[in-house]
Parts: sequence; structure tokens; C-alpha cells
Amino acid sequence: MNGVFDLGGTDGLGSVKIEENEPVFHAEWEKPVFAMFACSFRAGLFGVDEFRHGIELMNPAEYLLSNYYEHWAHTVEYYAEKAGMIDPAELAERTKFYRENPDAPLPEREDADLLAFVDAAVKHGAPAKRESNKVAAFKIGDIVTVASDSPLGHTRRARYIRGRTGEITAAHGTYIYPDSAGNGHGDAPEHLYTVRFRASELWGEDVADPNGASYFDVWEPYLTLAADQGAK
Amino acid sequence: MAATDTPLRTQAEITAHVKALEALLIQKGVMTTAAVDRMADIYENEVGPQLGATVVARAWTDPEFKARLLEDATVACAEVGIGGLQGEEMIVLENTDTVHNVIVCTLCSCYPWPVLGLPPNWYKLPQYRSRIVRDPRGVLAEDFGFTVPDNVEIRVWDSSSELRYWVMPQRPEGTDEMSAEQLQALVTRDSMIGVGPAATPAS
Repeated sequence: MNGVFDLGGTDGLGSVKIEENEPVFHAEWEKPVFAMFACSFRAGLFGVDEFRHGIELMNPAEYLLSNYYEHWAHTVEYYAEKAGMIDPAELAERTKFYRENPDAPLPEREDADLLAFVDAAVKHGAPAKRESNKVAAFKIGDIVTVASDSPLGHTRRARYIRGRTGEITAAHGTYIYPDSAGNGHGDAPEHLYTVRFRASELWGEDVADPNGASYFDVWEPYLTLAADQGAK
Repeated sequence: MAATDTPLRTQAEITAHVKALEALLIQKGVMTTAAVDRMADIYENEVGPQLGATVVARAWTDPEFKARLLEDATVACAEVGIGGLQGEEMIVLENTDTVHNVIVCTLCSCYPWPVLGLPPNWYKLPQYRSRIVRDPRGVLAEDFGFTVPDNVEIRVWDSSSELRYWVMPQRPEGTDEMSAEQLQALVTRDSMIGVGPAATPAS
């Protein structure tokens, strides 16, 4: 989908806001939201691609103006409601309750298996590589062009690389395909490549850094072999 | 700086909303407050940029380890017990006299957690994500006070897949006599993102 989250090359957003000696968490509410990612993943509410898409579906103005972990809360809420696990009316009622009773306790529950899962998840993660017998269509050194169309739903085909041509610098094997998994359609593994784009190819000779390049990981369905295989 | 009120919601409103969501997820068997405490403790006290710094300092002082790190960072980091969530596969980019690398995630906030911990807010916010791909030399100079000479190529790595890139900064001059332990303190988080150089002993 075309959305404001796809920020590469957007102008007018101002300078980087750097905070000296920044804490890991800026407010207590950020901690439960951070933990919801791993806990909800374990509960089967989403994979990481769906998690990202839930954020992409936020109101765009809200996306730009809200605190970062509000994005995470939004996607957890989106999938919990979609799964029928949480009723929006009940959530609103409970929010009103805690607004009026901020010191009221949370429900008590223990789950030793969940703690073991947290430790294992942090240590091992959730690898996205998937074995496949698909033969790679491209190889290192190929000059490729990214499809210029605008897919609906989740994709990692950022707008600033669409229609642009670059050189494959690495071929990684087959991985979960976000354009499938992020839309709830399963892993559907595809070959993954790293493509180098000269800055002038992305932004035009007049404004691009003359000595710059961007590297972007792309899945095979995004690519076609460029007619001109000359060096880019 | 604490998290802030926004034009949309106050901190009190966000806090109540999150607490309600947490309460319902606890009741549904999805989470516990103990899991929250454990996750927060891990990333506040165990996993952070000091881990990446140990890897870089070792690479600066051990050429064979450096070669393994650049060949396969996931395997080399596993040698020293580092790896896992949001760094299942890692790729280290070496800065040289002619190439400077910097990482970003323009589409969301991908970042190599096992070596750098959780990202700073500026890495996740729209300003950095929008501008670093379009004008990396300008952002580094104007926003980070870090001048990269025009004859040094800037390579921006946009973390669009589950591969996690991070940067091995150049070893500062005048550090030949320093041990790996002493060098660790010079390897800043920002130098491993690529928005600054490693610190110098004098600074």
C-alpha cells in the first residue's frame, strides 16, 4: 500500500530530534506495549510482517504525530480485535475505568511457560529464512529494475526504489515473502537479493549526492532483468 | 526527556488505554506482568550497544576474528554468545578510508537488537527515516555534526528485509597500544549505526 509510513525521500519533516543519554523506555506504559509484541506473536495473533502491516493501517496523521510505541499498541489492538479476542466496547470501558482509577491493579496471572518463551525468543529470535527448491532467477552482478506498480496491502517495495535500476550485490536464498505473509497468506518463500542503487538513479543527477548509493533488500517478484546490462 | 503528550493524546490517556489493553490480554492468557518485567529488564540491563562494542573492539585487535565477522557476522557473533531476536541474521559493514556506511529502516524501525539494543527514538521517527536516504551527507553534517569528506562514498543500507545490518567504524588513530577492553569504550552506539565516528581516547 502507498502510505505515509513509506518515508524514504519525503521532504519537509524537519531535522533529526536527538536526545542525549536517552533511556531505553521513556514511560512506564512503553514496557507492556514492548512486551505485547513477543507475547502476541506467541499467542498466534500475527507474524512480524502482519505486525508491521497493522501499523501501516493507522490513520496517517496519527502515525506521524503519535509516540512510537503507540504504533505497536495500535497493531496489537488491531489483530486482537480482528481475532475476536478483544471487544472494542470492552476496551473502551476498561480504558475509562483506568482513566478514572489510574492506580487500580491489573489482573493477576502467572505463566512460567511464557517467561521461558521470552528468554528463548530473545536468545534465538524467529528466523525468516525458509528452505525452498525454487531456482534463483538472478545472480550477483545482474542489473535489475524494480517493478513500478503500486501493490495493495503489505509490501516492502518502498516507493523510492520503484521503477529504479540497480545492481545485485548479494543473493541470500529464500525467505518469507512479506507481500504474502504480511497480508495473512502464508510464508510463500521467495529469493532475496541486495540491490545497490546509485543516488543519482534514485533522486536525479541534479540533487543526488555524486558519491552516494543506497542498498535495499528486495524479493525476486519485485524484479525484472534490465534490458541494458551495462554498469550502473 | 520523558515520553510526551501529543496533539492527539495526553500521557494519562495513553497510560489508561495501554493498561486496559494489557488487562484484557492478561485475562485472555496472552501476557503477564512478569513477562513485561522480564522483557524490559533484558533490554534495559542485558542487551545493548555494549555488546556490539565488544565485537568491534575484538575485530579491531584480532584480524582473524575480523575476517570471520565480515564473512558471516551471525556466526562470528555467536562465537561470543551474541545473537537472537531481531538479529537472526546479521551483516557487518566495514568503514574504510573510501567508504562510509550508515543504516536506516525507511519503512518501519528495523535495527540489530542483539548488538545495539533497542533503537533510540530518532532512529524510529520520520525525520531521520525520510532524509538519510535522500541527503545522507547533509544529515550527518547538519544533524549529527559529523562531516564525511566528499571523496568518501556514502552507502545507505535500508533494512527492508529480516537481514540486520550494522557498521564497524574505523579504529581511531593513536590507539595502537590499547587493549580490546580499553577500545570497547570508544565504540559508541552512533558509530555502529554510522551517524558518527568511534570516539577518540582524548575525547
